[in-house]
Amino acid sequence: MKYRTVFDIIGPVMIGPSSSHTAGAARIGRAARTMFGKMPKRVSIILYGSFAKTYRGHGTDIALVGGLLDFDTFDTRMAESLDIASEEGMNVEFIESDELTDHPNTARLILEDGDHRLEVVGISIGGGKMEITELNGFQLSLSGNAPVLLVYHHDQHGAVAAVATILAKHEINIGYMQVSRKEKGSQALMSIETDQVVDESLQEEIRKQHGMLSVTVLS
Amino acid sequence: MLFRSVAELVEYAESEQLKISDVMMQQESDVMNRPIEEIYREMEENLRVMELAIERGTTEDLKSKSGLSGGDAKKIMMYRENAPVLLTGTTVLEAVASATAVSEVNAAMGIVVATPTAGACGILPGTISTASKKLNSSREDMVRALFVAGAIGFCIANNACISGAAGGCQAEVGSATAMAAAAVVEMAGGTPSQSAQAVAIALKNMLGLVCDPVAGLVEAPCVKRNAMGAAIAMVAADLALAGVESVIPTDEVIDAMYKIGRDMPVSLRETALGGLAATPTGRSLERQIFGNESSE
Repeated sequence: MKYRTVFDIIGPVMIGPSSSHTAGAARIGRAARTMFGKMPKRVSIILYGSFAKTYRGHGTDIALVGGLLDFDTFDTRMAESLDIASEEGMNVEFIESDELTDHPNTARLILEDGDHRLEVVGISIGGGKMEITELNGFQLSLSGNAPVLLVYHHDQHGAVAAVATILAKHEINIGYMQVSRKEKGSQALMSIETDQVVDESLQEEIRKQHGMLSVTVLS
Repeated sequence: MLFRSVAELVEYAESEQLKISDVMMQQESDVMNRPIEEIYREMEENLRVMELAIERGTTEDLKSKSGLSGGDAKKIMMYRENAPVLLTGTTVLEAVASATAVSEVNAAMGIVVATPTAGACGILPGTISTASKKLNSSREDMVRALFVAGAIGFCIANNACISGAAGGCQAEVGSATAMAAAAVVEMAGGTPSQSAQAVAIALKNMLGLVCDPVAGLVEAPCVKRNAMGAAIAMVAADLALAGVESVIPTDEVIDAMYKIGRDMPVSLRETALGGLAATPTGRSLERQIFGNESSE
């Protein structure tokens, strides 16, 4: 089931005018920002479908940038996000694409700062709810229903077990888990929805395991 | 209990002699692992945001950035209070004015609660606040009504869709109208099954409604569709309370809505390429608002 909580239906509390094109877009931007770990210097945003056709009218651009600035859906600074971004030195470009996508409200965000680069695809599925469907070329399905632990690692034996053991030791229950890789033996991505929040010290413990490349939590 | 359809929800509620709001609060508490009091408080907070939006929209002189919307809620309220005769009645017109108010606040980039979406955010606040005055409802009845609406929206969102881009306006204003109709039925003391009938009756009258926003803005025709959605919700609730039943069961109406949405051309699903958006006036407004940088 895509929607699990009543507050996805009666909510979110948000700045208008559109839950899918404003609030959902802000949440996609904010998820990308969290995964990037800091404010990016440069962002390219590719818009598809209804996003591409109506983004100015709905303030989708303003909302995505607001999210990238770490604003929540009801943050009253949202309307000025484009100005705030340029003041803070975040350079954003928007590209409208005619390409057909599975979902009409799709955005691809490419965040950069020096060598640090992150590419995220998000879809806004209605009522302010969004899903992240792609991360640095890995297909995934993150609903945002629960905190997610994202672990990049070398595609080798024992990696999944190492992470699972640490979670078990700290009594953290896994609700959903997905491992994806681009090709055998290269890099892989574990996305793990947990019932409890994985705090910083635990993330550090996972980082120290053999073969781990990066660890982030999206809550 | 995790209900997947309106039929399951009603059957469970009636067999356990619960209200729909009880079932929704219980499920939320179980699934999200949160105490009921905490969930209740969050919903009460949502109600407060809704009431503030009604207050703003009916008293302030709102105008959206584009100039396409604002000021109608005040106009309707004045007419409702001063006209020598009303063709409908004070209750329906109050629901309509309040729904318009919230929708105008949304268009002016004010704070609203998406119910289930921002495009349809006026209908639920408009109907619940109006019904509460008419019925002399308690605060708890109003908060519970939001849970009823949530339960219905939950079934629609999981079995069909609630975004205009996916299913047209029937998925947004249609869903909101159906949710509101069920909510006010419970407020008026109706049974879970009568709430379900109100959903079917309301949603049937929204089937086929396309999403064709002028210049891509959530303003024209969205504000007026919120207004009329509130009116339909109030009347659908009365029909259900009168014992009128839908020939087609509620879940099948929801499924029909979903399939109609799938069949709808892209031009009529929130792309501003067809319908009212593509009329000569719609196009000319789009040019005025966005100038040459318009995406067309």
